[in-house]
Amino acid sequence: MDKKKIIGQAEQRWDAIAKVKGQASYTGDFPIRNLLHAKILRATIAHGYVKHYDITEAEKMPGVVKVVLPEDIPATPYATAGHPWNLTPEKRDIEDRNMLTRHVRVYGDDIAAIIAKTEFQAQKALAKIKVDYDVYPVYLTPEAAMAPDAKQIHEGHDNVLGRSKVGYGDVEQGFNEADFIVKRHLSTPVQQHLHLENQIAVAYQSDDQRWFCLSSTQIPHICRRIIAQANGLPWSQVRVKKPFIGGGFGNKQDVIIEPLTVALSRLMGGKPVQLALTREESIAYTRTRHAIDFDFKIGVMKDGRMTAIDCDVVSNQGGYASHGHAVGGKGGTFINALYRADNLRFTAKTVYTNIGTAGAMRGYGMPQLVYALECAIDDVATQIGMDPIQFRQLNHQPDGYYNQFGKTKQRDFRIEDCLVKGREAFNWDQKLAQAQQKTTSTKKYGVGMAAFAFGTAVWPFGLEVAGAHLIALPDGTFKLHIGATEIGQGADTALSQMAADTLGVSFEAIIRDSMTDTDTDPFDTGAYASRQSYVGGYAVKAAAEKMKQKLIERAATTYDIRPEFLDIVANQVVYATDGDLVVTVKDLVMASYYDLATAKALETHASVNIHNNSYASGCSLAEVEVDVATGQVTLLSLMNVHDSGKIINPLLASGQVEGAMAMSAAYGLNEGLVYSAEGRPLNNNMLDYKLPTMMDLPDLDKVFVETVDPLGPYGNKALGETPTCSPAPAIRNAVKNAIGVEIGKIPLTPEVVYQAYHQAQATVEGGIADV
Amino acid sequence: MKQLVNFTLNGETVSCEVDVRKSLLEMLREDFGMTGVKEGCGVGECGACSVIIDGQTVDSCIYLAVWIDGKQATTIEGVTHEDGTLDPIQASFIDAGAVQCGFCIPGMILSSKQLLAHNPSPTRGEIRRELSGNMCRCTGYQKIVDAVQLAAKRLDVEPHARAAIPFTIEK
Ligand code: FES
Ligand code: FES
Repeated sequence: MDKKKIIGQAEQRWDAIAKVKGQASYTGDFPIRNLLHAKILRATIAHGYVKHYDITEAEKMPGVVKVVLPEDIPATPYATAGHPWNLTPEKRDIEDRNMLTRHVRVYGDDIAAIIAKTEFQAQKALAKIKVDYDVYPVYLTPEAAMAPDAKQIHEGHDNVLGRSKVGYGDVEQGFNEADFIVKRHLSTPVQQHLHLENQIAVAYQSDDQRWFCLSSTQIPHICRRIIAQANGLPWSQVRVKKPFIGGGFGNKQDVIIEPLTVALSRLMGGKPVQLALTREESIAYTRTRHAIDFDFKIGVMKDGRMTAIDCDVVSNQGGYASHGHAVGGKGGTFINALYRADNLRFTAKTVYTNIGTAGAMRGYGMPQLVYALECAIDDVATQIGMDPIQFRQLNHQPDGYYNQFGKTKQRDFRIEDCLVKGREAFNWDQKLAQAQQKTTSTKKYGVGMAAFAFGTAVWPFGLEVAGAHLIALPDGTFKLHIGATEIGQGADTALSQMAADTLGVSFEAIIRDSMTDTDTDPFDTGAYASRQSYVGGYAVKAAAEKMKQKLIERAATTYDIRPEFLDIVANQVVYATDGDLVVTVKDLVMASYYDLATAKALETHASVNIHNNSYASGCSLAEVEVDVATGQVTLLSLMNVHDSGKIINPLLASGQVEGAMAMSAAYGLNEGLVYSAEGRPLNNNMLDYKLPTMMDLPDLDKVFVETVDPLGPYGNKALGETPTCSPAPAIRNAVKNAIGVEIGKIPLTPEVVYQAYHQAQATVEGGIADV
Repeated sequence: MKQLVNFTLNGETVSCEVDVRKSLLEMLREDFGMTGVKEGCGVGECGACSVIIDGQTVDSCIYLAVWIDGKQATTIEGVTHEDGTLDPIQASFIDAGAVQCGFCIPGMILSSKQLLAHNPSPTRGEIRRELSGNMCRCTGYQKIVDAVQLAAKRLDVEPHARAAIPFTIEK
């Protein structure tokens, strides 16, 4: 009897109906009686100290219940990064912040709060608090913060908060052997997540006298721990629930507002308090993607073989450590994942400054690294006059490469297939030739590409655990509890497909929940690192295998058939050999509830700790038109090719890829948060921060080089973040192909492109334009 | 100061004593429980709060509640049929895979409904132009454009034949 395949099918996401009906409840949609509202007073300087607050007028404002100063709530320093707790103290995230602070390290820092009857009243009262500051010098760049006379942003801590170095061979030796050496300085902007739902949390004391927090978080279990740490509570005394969430992209992998929300409710004797950020606050005062500067030096032989790669990285952390050096340092272990060179050196540092705090954002340092690496690599190919795809084919790591930094053999590593497939599917050769023909004196056309390699989850650098729990329901359906967090990406649907596939029941027989609850859902560290369908997949598989075994044992006993003769197919227990029906799953489970003699609930649990990693890869190909009279770049087409193992749900997968491609295309072309000389954010709204609209993007093409990963639980590996890696550099390389200028920074706004082009026209040598 | 407003909400005649400073978004969410109306920015930039007022899509966050007096408003809750079944546009969003986090979706569906009401067979370019006031961070918009095209095709036939029109991508 043929098993209906559920893995690989475009099953409808289980939550789609609620979402198209407007029935899906997000954190702000729950009715809560007697809700108080809090607003945060934001510093209007970027670096300094609050000497004095005058709250007399604010306290008299209508509706104000309490004005809260830093001294009113616990001041234990804590870390906000959504990493698992580390038992080794030296390896923990830097605990460098308080819920409210007099020490101002970023513009908009949380210096006080107001609790009022309505949000509007709280907002109005904020304006009445008078603040006296000591003002310190503002450092916007790592360079400024590393100057010998620079003040320590965190007293007692060097402004360089992390350094690392990896490599092998001898790069100097490699450069000596090289026929050519290419040096490039490449820089990336501050990108913001712009999830459509702003951060919001509600906290109160629940009837069991514990502290309850409803929050839009990607990491409920970690959120619970950080709330407890910041508030000095035992971890068990905090319960976090996460309902539907309107996107996160890594920003909600930082525990930003929840500790304060709980602290405010505690000040109010446990009354419910809601803290909801505005769009302006969410863009400027939560987290961003680190702006990182790269200095690449690459040695290459005339035949295209690379002899040495040297990369020096400086990452701008902003005012607080958050994910810290984990982001800037990450790239070091991925250059070698993609390219061969006998000699490699990667040095990185992460530096505190006074711009907005950077944290996790989709791709976690990889979009920055891949942008810089792929610009540099492409310029090397240009230097020796080799086709860029061919150059990468010549230099990429082979399938089965043992990555010594990642302590992993890159099994089923299909970059070669991606490059071959990309050339063909994109019509690279034809488009390249046409680009030259179409070019006029004002309109230039070009094509470009970029490649990447990416790990799945964080092993061996961090903890990888996940849990799943299955309960058989009387009608033969199964309730699936997981700690993995659905944040819009579709993890819930993919994990349900996995459970159904292993159990031998239909997709509809798996019931999920919109709510993740730290009290009842098994431990999982949450949604990040493209880990959920991989690590979570093993947990679901284990729980489903156990459940299947229980069902078969029960059927074997009841019907007196040896268990090894049985299988479950299409919601029926059958003879494995010929599919003859033994009993339906429904009847079998019903008996497990109500049979007088044998009833015994069917439940299984699984918790896994995963010690392997599967490397994904892929490439992007882009075609652009550049209007050299204005500098405007129009993206004509963009294709991503992905080696992500087995595609669990092609509809969801292509949706993930499209959203990520859009995010990366905009990273290359429009997006960037900018600051005044005083450190004040200048474009923290959706008009001036150029989130792409529907008109700014072409249709996005994607191809999967589908294989079955030998390690992944269902042959799958990373996909959630991988498509954000290579579009931006592919676009930059296409612009280079069009106008013949190697621009060293993104976004490629009309101003940047115009200046770079005209500057290059004016300079005889050309070379990289540093604008 | 409060003012009495009378209007039609999703086909039902309703009234409310509303603070004159309140936005329509706030009134719909707080006084009528229409939580399908989402706030993404509160200042008319993102379109998450879109509602239809007398045949026009409006950002309800920058529309004063008192202005609704005497008018007809449709929210996402009013798009779903009385019996709980889905409108063809809603079904098309699901079938085309246009829904991810879902936060922009109510606004997208209302804008799509309005678009299709005056342009029953829009090109992809027209869809992109008409819906450009609705932002989405999850989808890259492609499947939303697909969904609107699919809905247009389905609305073009008799209701009983709609389900038979499958999702295929045309560009
Ligand atoms: S919430 Fe109204 S336009 Fe954004
Ligand atoms: S689906 Fe998440 S913002 Fe559109």
